[in-house]
Order: sequence, then C-alpha cells, then structure tokens
Amino acid sequence: MTTPSLVLELKQVCKHFPGVKALQDVDLRLFAGEVHALLGENGAGKSTLVKVMTGALAKSSGDIYFNGQNCSFASPAAAQQAGISTVYQEVNLLPNLSVAQNLFLGHEPRRFGLIQHQKMQQQAQQLLLRFKLNIDVSAPLAQYSVAVQQLIAIARGVAMSAKVLVLDEPTASLDSSEVQMLFDVMRQLREQGVAIVFITHFLDQVYQISDRITVLRNGSKVGEYLAADLPRARLIEAMLGKELQQLTHQAATTTPAVAEPLLVLNNIAVKGSISGISLTVAQGQAVGLAGLLGSGRTEVCRAVYGVDVLSQGEIQFGGKTLRLQQPADAIKAGIALCPEERKTEGIIGPLSIRENIMLARQARRGWWRYLPVKQQQQLAAFYIDKLHIATPDADKPIEQLSGGNQQKVILARWLAINPQLLILDEPTRGIDIGAHAEILLLIKSLCQQGMSLLVTSSELEELVAFAAKVVVLRDWQKVTELSGDTMTAPHIMQAIAEG
Amino acid sequence: MKQTQSCADSLQQARLARYSPGSIKTSARYLWPLAALMLLLAVNLVLDASFFQLSFQDGRLYGSLIDILNRSAPVALLAIGMSLVIATGGIDLSVGAVMAIAGAVCANLLLQTELPLVLVIAAGLATGIAAGLINGILVSYLKIQPIVATLLLMVAGRGVAQLINQGQIVTFQRPDFAWLGTGSWLGLPLPIWLVIGMFALSQLLLRRTALGLFIEAVGCNATASRYLGINDKAIKLFVYAFAGFCAALAGMISAADIQGSDANNAGLWLELDAILAVVIGGAVLSGGRFSLLLSVIGVLIIQSLSTTIIVSGLPAKFNLLIKALVVLLVLLLQSDKFRRQLSSWLRLRPQGAEL
Repeated sequence: MTTPSLVLELKQVCKHFPGVKALQDVDLRLFAGEVHALLGENGAGKSTLVKVMTGALAKSSGDIYFNGQNCSFASPAAAQQAGISTVYQEVNLLPNLSVAQNLFLGHEPRRFGLIQHQKMQQQAQQLLLRFKLNIDVSAPLAQYSVAVQQLIAIARGVAMSAKVLVLDEPTASLDSSEVQMLFDVMRQLREQGVAIVFITHFLDQVYQISDRITVLRNGSKVGEYLAADLPRARLIEAMLGKELQQLTHQAATTTPAVAEPLLVLNNIAVKGSISGISLTVAQGQAVGLAGLLGSGRTEVCRAVYGVDVLSQGEIQFGGKTLRLQQPADAIKAGIALCPEERKTEGIIGPLSIRENIMLARQARRGWWRYLPVKQQQQLAAFYIDKLHIATPDADKPIEQLSGGNQQKVILARWLAINPQLLILDEPTRGIDIGAHAEILLLIKSLCQQGMSLLVTSSELEELVAFAAKVVVLRDWQKVTELSGDTMTAPHIMQAIAEG
Repeated sequence: MKQTQSCADSLQQARLARYSPGSIKTSARYLWPLAALMLLLAVNLVLDASFFQLSFQDGRLYGSLIDILNRSAPVALLAIGMSLVIATGGIDLSVGAVMAIAGAVCANLLLQTELPLVLVIAAGLATGIAAGLINGILVSYLKIQPIVATLLLMVAGRGVAQLINQGQIVTFQRPDFAWLGTGSWLGLPLPIWLVIGMFALSQLLLRRTALGLFIEAVGCNATASRYLGINDKAIKLFVYAFAGFCAALAGMISAADIQGSDANNAGLWLELDAILAVVIGGAVLSGGRFSLLLSVIGVLIIQSLSTTIIVSGLPAKFNLLIKALVVLLVLLLQSDKFRRQLSSWLRLRPQGAEL
C-alpha cells in the first residue's frame, strides 16, 4: 500500500463562543481513501469542528490545510466548491422536488440557459446506479424512505466531485440493512480515494467501517487512533474519561424490589390502537416495555399518561381507579412522562432552562400562586448541579442545549414535583454515551429511592440492566412478560420476533 | 472572517436578548420601538414648534401629546388583548366588531332603560367576554384556525350590532356614560386613565401570577405545555375572552365619545391597527414571548404617525400610503439583519470611494 496523501489537515484549531471554548487546539488529519470516525459525546465539539472545517463557522485561531494549501472557507458553498461536501443528520433536501432535481439543484445541466431535463434525469439515473439505487428519479423525493433520501443526499455530495465527504450521524434513522447499503457505498467511495469523515453514536458501526478514529472530549482532541489498534473499552474510556465508565458498571447491577402494586392496567384498550394490555408496576419497581417501533410501546405510555383516552379497561393507581382525560389528571395523581419526541412534546424551546424546570411544579400549584423568581432560581440551580446539566446560565433558552442536557432538564422538571410513577419513553434516544450513562444511573437511583418507573427502550441491554421485569409488545398487544432469569436480551429479542 | 464571526456572535446575542427576560440585554428589545417613537415625535416638533406645549384649562390638560394619547386609547386597549392572543400563536380579527356590539348594547340600554351606569358597563363588558368566549371555544375546543374562527365573528359581529341597533344610529343622552369618553380626572382625559388602569391590572394579572408564563409556554409549544400539566385549551379560551373584554371596553369608550352607537363604523378596521401595533412591538405571529409595554408603544407609534401626517399639511390622499411606508421602515429597523446590512452599506460606501 502506498502512503496515502494528506487531503485535509487541521492544526491547533480553536473556536470560542462568548463564555464557551467549543474547540481548543484541535488537530485532525484526513487522508485520501480512508473512513475517519470522529467520536465524542454530545458537546464534545464534533459538530463545531465539522462546521469550522466546512466554512459554516469561522475559526477563532489555528490553520486549515486543504491539499497542502493553507486556506479557510468563507462559507459551506465555498467548501463545497473546493470539494468538501457535508451530509447532515436531518436530510437537507427538498421533499417536493424530484430526485433528479434534488441531485442537481444549482448545478443543472443547461443549454442556452435552459435546464435540460432529459439529460439531468439520465445523469441522475447513472449516478444513483453507482449506489445500486435503481429508482424513478422523476418522482418526488418525499416518496422514498429516509434511508434512500440519505443515500441521495450523499450522492448529491459525490456528484459535486467531493474529495472530502462529511457524514454527520448518517445512520441515526436507518435500519440495519439500510446501514449496510450505506456502508457499501462508503467502501466504494473509499476505494475511489474519497476521504470520509464519519460521525456516529454507534460504536459497532465505527468498528465495521472506520480505518482511523479521532476522539474529542470537552472541545479538545483526546487522541488519534488506528481503529484496528483500539479496543472498544479503551475507546469508551477515551470518550468518557474514566470516572463515567465506572458509573455505567454501577448502573449495570440490579436489585429487584418486591412491593405493593402501584399501577395496575386492567385489559386497557385505546380506539384504533392498543388493546387488551394488562400489566402491574409495583412500588419502587422499574418495568420495561419492549417491542419494535410501532408495537404499541409509546401508545401504552400515552394511555397511562392520559394523552389518549381509554376505550376499554381501567387504570388503577395506588388502589384508586383513574379516569384520565388529559395529562394534567395523570400528573395530579402522581404520574409523570418524559416523552419520546423530546423536541415537540418535551422541551419548550424558546423558554429558559429555569422556566422549563419549574413549569411542571408551577402547573401543579396552579396559575394563581406564582413561584417566586428567587425560588425558581434556587430550584434550577439545585437541579443543574445535581444532574450535571452543562450550561453556564439557567436563563439560557433550552433549545441551545445538547440533546442529553435537554433530557436532563426534562427529568429535573419531573423530579421537582416528585411523582410516584415516572414513565420514560426512550429516555436515552439520540443521547451520547456520556449523558446516557448518567441518565441510566439517575433512573436507577430514583428507583432505589422508591419511585416506580415504566420505561420503554429499543436498547434491550439497557432495559435488562435495571428493569425488574420486561413486558413485550407486538402489534399493539402484549405478547409476554419476562422476569428473573428469562429476562435476557436474547429472550426478549425472541419474544419480539415470534411471541 | 472576523466580521462573519462577530455577526454570528451578535446573532447569538440577539437571540438571547429576545428570549431572556430579566437580563440586561432585554432592554435591546425596547430600544428600536422607543427610538422610532422618539423620532416621530421629533419630526412632529420640527413641523410644529408648539407640538410639545401643554395647556391647562377647565381642570384638564390640552395639547398634541395628550391628544395622541387620548386618541390611541381604543387601539391601545385592543392591542393589550391582542398581545396575549398573538402570544399563543393565534389572532383575533373580531375585536373591531366586538367594539361595535358592546357599543350597541350599551347605547340601547341607555336609551331604552333606566339602568344605573354600573350595570350598563357590566352588560357591555359581559357582551365582550361572551364574544371572546365564542372565539375561544371555536379555536381551542373545535380546533378551527384562529384567523377563520375570528373572521366569522368579524363579519357576523357587525351584523349583530346592526340588528341590535335595528339599522339605525342609536344616540343617547347620558352624561355619566359619556364621561367615559369625554370626561377627565386629575387633569387627564378618562380614556387615558382607562388604558393606564387596564395596563396595570393586566400586568399584575399576567406577571405576578404564572398566567403570563403559561401563555408564553402554550405559544411556544402547546403540546409540550399540555404534557407538563398546563391546560392549554383553557389558556387559549382565556386569551380570547380577555381580548373580548378589552374590545368591549374600547367599544364603550368610542360610544361614549360620540354619545351614540354607529354599528357600521364603530371600531372599523381597528383590529388591523391593533395587530400592527403588536407586530411593531416586536411580537412574533407564531407565538411566544409577549410584552404589553412594547405593544402599547406600537400603538403610540401608529397614532403619532397619523398626527404627523395631519400636522405636516400633506393632502389627505397621501395619508394611507405614507402610513404604510413608515410602518415598513419601523419594522425594518427592528430587524437585526436589516440593520447590519444597512450599516455595512454605510461603511462600505466611503471605502469604495477611496478605491
């Protein structure tokens, strides 16, 4: 193998925001024909680094060399012109336009100033065939799955003859066969000499495809490693620092509790959704809900929380039958929910962290008895400290926090009213492993303090780690209930698959 | 490079300024609307040297400034209500029509019955609240788009007012009621006092309780608000009822002012002035933070502008056009992006000349 050539090199790059050093002397070397994983928890500086690299943000200091020349791009467009393309987590294409139009937007083949539609479609077809995608390029993009859209976004990047391709969490919304499809394309591009920066939370995938790994932590580079030489345990250590890893181990030990039943679902059904669901959650017990997306996990949570009204059956809570018409009724009874869709159902984006924390308590106090601002500040300060919410200022809008920190704020919101039952719908979705471990540990300690939990998660190991029993759902119905020795990830998987 | 960075930083700061109440940067929100108002007043002074002169006659202050405040009163009341509706992401097109209904109800009660003043006022306000509740039910419980729901009452409401008046202009002779529109107290016209009172009461109600925060939370994210225990429907119902109450008060001032009720013209198009005032005050129509003070400043800007146009002696046919242009200018001045662009033009030009 010949020595690969250095395509892009960042030296001592710093980026400061008011009050925050987002990047501190970060180096990054990118060779032609490699897949380079850029890893770190949320807030480690991955996104900032990518933005600096691609001209979306201006660096505060440091040098960027592209093909050996010192340069810095004034805008993403300039970077793209030079050959650095970025595909973001959320597909940045136009759903109403056709696939071909999306692929060539702004670069349409023209003659006499007019777009040559025929030629554009042919070129689009050819381009996508390179990705083993044989689809109708004249159909609107929205018709295709997210995976296909993601591939189209990548194809668009490649179409503009990319030398460097940055993929920011490209697999977050893909299933495993789609991931393999994407990886095939990445391998193909690698052979053609494209340097690929791959950002992901999934460590398995890192090892499947990456040649080299750069780890960031708190805005600094921890190290650059060859993927083959870096055992998984050391990678996690590099990403988290040592203390946190011990936390995960702690979280993994379970102490099953047996006590009075707190929540009893008696054959509940919701019109057009779940039916015949019965389950019990005991005092201080954590119960897991497992199942595929669309199996009814979220629907059960919504029913218990009063978002959807029951058409059948009853919910008993603390010995009393609940008639839930809206979430406020559930909260009054002592039930709280961290919703799956954090952005649309959890956070109130423009409001401050302080307000987001105090609102549930305020809602329970009623509108008339306003919590004095001083008490609000104390409350916020207390939970920011207790849950290690990374923010310089409680008055910052919550939408500026990372996903993990937003989730902590939502947890703080509920801890502030100390519910008897906390429902956590995918509490660690889209959260980096650092916050992941912390949140798992927190859930665990809540349970030990006597709070009952109902938790859904698609990460089965996570469920097994702290749940006393796991209820498996499929097609809006309960399939089985596993506990004790039978409650292992393979067993659950089997139950999900065949019942 | 440096410049783009400082742009990003100032953008960040602008966001913070917009969203963090209580921080020093909040004052930035007040800067441009206030500056626009001051500028307009200054222009008035140039056009008319006696603009700031006040005189005291018969126990009452007179002068252009008092005039502007007095004339602003109905729209200011509407704008206070409208601020809350817009904060929830809604809009209320019916407030002008509600003014007409409330005026008609009061005028007919005054003409046909001997009810004491307090009861007549109570009836007028109750009418406004009822109208607002209808809007609120349509929007929050029947989930009709606010612009459509309130458009219904905007059209139907004026019809109701005409029916109440039986197609006539109803006039009455009741000095006690007329005092609401034409009287004065401690040297100031009563409408000004009503606005001050309503403003202070609203401010207490909204900011000394959690109501204001709940309204903002619902406006920012209604689903998340419901999920954390806020009754978002009740909040929406409240803001429309509140807007109806404000509109009724404004309608009574108008009726008292002319000592009669003209269903065709009372409050006509004033809902648009109120919406405009709230927008000039920097509110976002999709909902979120609100400031009653900024909305009232917006009203004063609109009213000063009308006065300026009259004082300037331009032919009346120019009024509407000039008004629109100045409002556009005020809105542009409030935009960070526009101001940056403007300052970069101003900075670049002399440099270009050197080259």
